Amino acid sequence: MNIFVLLRLAPDTVEELEIGGDGKSLDADILRFKPNDPDEHAVEEAVLLKEKHGGTVTVAALETPEVDDILYTALAKGADRAVKLTGDLGAAQSEAAARLLAGFLKAGGPALAPDTLILLRSQSIDDLEGEVGPYLAEALGLPYACVVTQVAPAGGAVKVTREFSGGLRGEFTLPLPAVLGIQSAEKPPRYVPIAKVRAAMKTARIETVDAGAVEQPARVGVERMYKPEAAGRAVMIEGAPEEVADKVVELLSKNSVI
Amino acid sequence: MAKPILMLAEQVRGQLSDISFEMLGLGRRLADALGAPLSALVLGSEGAPLAARLGLADKALTAEDPRLNMAPPGTMADALRQVIEKEQAGLVLIGATNVCMGVGSILSARTGLPFVNNVRQAQAEEGAVRLTSQMYGGKILADVRLGGACGIAGIYPGAFPADAGRSDKAPPVEAAGVTVTAPKETFERYIEPETGDVDITKEKVLVAVGRGIQTQDNVGMAEELAAALGGAVCASRPVIDQGWLPLSRQVGKSGMNVKPRLYLALGISGAPEHWEGMQGSQCIIAVNTDAKAPIFDGAHYGIVGDALEFIPLLTDRLKARRG
Ligand SMILES: Cc1cc2nc3c(=O)[nH]c(=O)nc-3n(C[C@H](O)[C@H](O)[C@H](O)COP(=O)(O)OP(=O)(O)OC[C@H]3O[C@@H](n4cnc5c(N)ncnc54)[C@H](O)[C@@H]3O)c2cc1C
Repeated sequence: MNIFVLLRLAPDTVEELEIGGDGKSLDADILRFKPNDPDEHAVEEAVLLKEKHGGTVTVAALETPEVDDILYTALAKGADRAVKLTGDLGAAQSEAAARLLAGFLKAGGPALAPDTLILLRSQSIDDLEGEVGPYLAEALGLPYACVVTQVAPAGGAVKVTREFSGGLRGEFTLPLPAVLGIQSAEKPPRYVPIAKVRAAMKTARIETVDAGAVEQPARVGVERMYKPEAAGRAVMIEGAPEEVADKVVELLSKNSVI
Repeated sequence: MAKPILMLAEQVRGQLSDISFEMLGLGRRLADALGAPLSALVLGSEGAPLAARLGLADKALTAEDPRLNMAPPGTMADALRQVIEKEQAGLVLIGATNVCMGVGSILSARTGLPFVNNVRQAQAEEGAVRLTSQMYGGKILADVRLGGACGIAGIYPGAFPADAGRSDKAPPVEAAGVTVTAPKETFERYIEPETGDVDITKEKVLVAVGRGIQTQDNVGMAEELAAALGGAVCASRPVIDQGWLPLSRQVGKSGMNVKPRLYLALGISGAPEHWEGMQGSQCIIAVNTDAKAPIFDGAHYGIVGDALEFIPLLTDRLKARRG
């Protein structure tokens, strides 16, 4: 199987976020980026599939600062090839990013190889659409499934399990090539020691591909960005740990929980 | 008069989800403010009895085809596209739920309508609609204006009151006249929720553990606390993904919706997808090492501290009380 995983760095929301001077975006100067959790699941699923069924794993990302780190990390985890898409990318939002990625995937010819499987995150947190996979599948004219938690190749197709709600899941079969929005890999993402990533940096090479320019502006723009006012604030229970535990017991008994 | 508003009712195996009524109440309010009619669309077999419950709509449309039951997003988007054209709809409301995920963006790609997802607030203003979208894991809100009140809105579950969408009336029900194209993605079967030993939706006390619990052994410590409280242990997604607890214990968007008397959140940050599943709890006590964790914005009581230290201290005291 010819597996592609599309990666990127995601804003670190554990860090303090500030609104930029234009009032419409985040202050880029203090925004910190980190490997995207959902992408790590997509890489894990790809590497698991390769280990079980063979094939090659290509990881690709649009060029942003420090993106080499996540590409090398994926190589250290077992990806075979890493590609960085460069060009006049601007702040490519979901749909624009999908078009750039589709352009790269189609570069080999009008049709993708019949055994191609494209994995990426199910959701994004930093644009209005919140998802890139459906746009990518549309741009490529391919079948799509999201919130996927299990993937099993079956002939020229894949069987996937997707989540609905309340613990209910559904099994779908998609003909290949297909695009899958991965929610979680079958196993927790593996950890690679930094030494292995360093080794990948020495031996592997990141290919660079010119992706051209973002052709389409966003269909709708943000007028104002702001932090939500907290609905309320918890009453804080303070003191030494033992004291806090005593106060909680008191609270629970007052509320007749115990 | 503004263009009609169309809402996609969400059904899971013959049951309307709460989000359907949340969107219906919102749709009614916007329709009245804009002077636009409101239509509701129910996809899937046995749609008529469900459509009859959507009395706040000016009319309900059905597309009774089994291929539309839990259909893949492209298939739902195709049905919606046809109805939008027929009804000349302007604003389209879809649930930002797992069941409807992907529908909005595929519809946007196919129709050219803008798509704004994770909408928490909406106001009509002078022939337009202002939407507030939740971004960055709930830490940031973004206001967007849909000119001409045309576009697709993914409505965040729990953001609008479901009661505002319920009514005893029945709307006029019509067949939408949708032509279903065979989906490329074939639905094979449902995988039922694992029936675990406990049903966390029925427990009065839940001890919820998040990534902050750190190891599987520590989950055992939380089990002991839950036993001392006469409740059960549940968890956020990362704990389930680690395989430390079964899927039947997951609370949130993909998991269960719980409303216990006490929800003790240990090492849980309070992401919107988790919050969605436990916001109805009567009393939420959160323990987190990070004073800025969003869980403290919604919990009733908060403790800034190490859950691993807190758990045994509380367990010991509860055991001592019982004697
Ligand atoms: C489509 C979709 C569906 C999803 N469905 C769900 C769902 O159903 N349920 C769900 O929960 N999530 C769901 N998520 C994931 C969700 O977005 C969050 O990633 C998840 O809820 C985070 O879990 P957490 O709070 O345990 O982990 P984190 O966000 O990593 O938070 C861990 C917290 O523990 C604290 N901590 C660390 N050590 C300690 C300690 N010793 N003592 C006390 N506190 C400590 C940290 O300060 C931090 O706040 C879904 C996501 C998507 C995209």
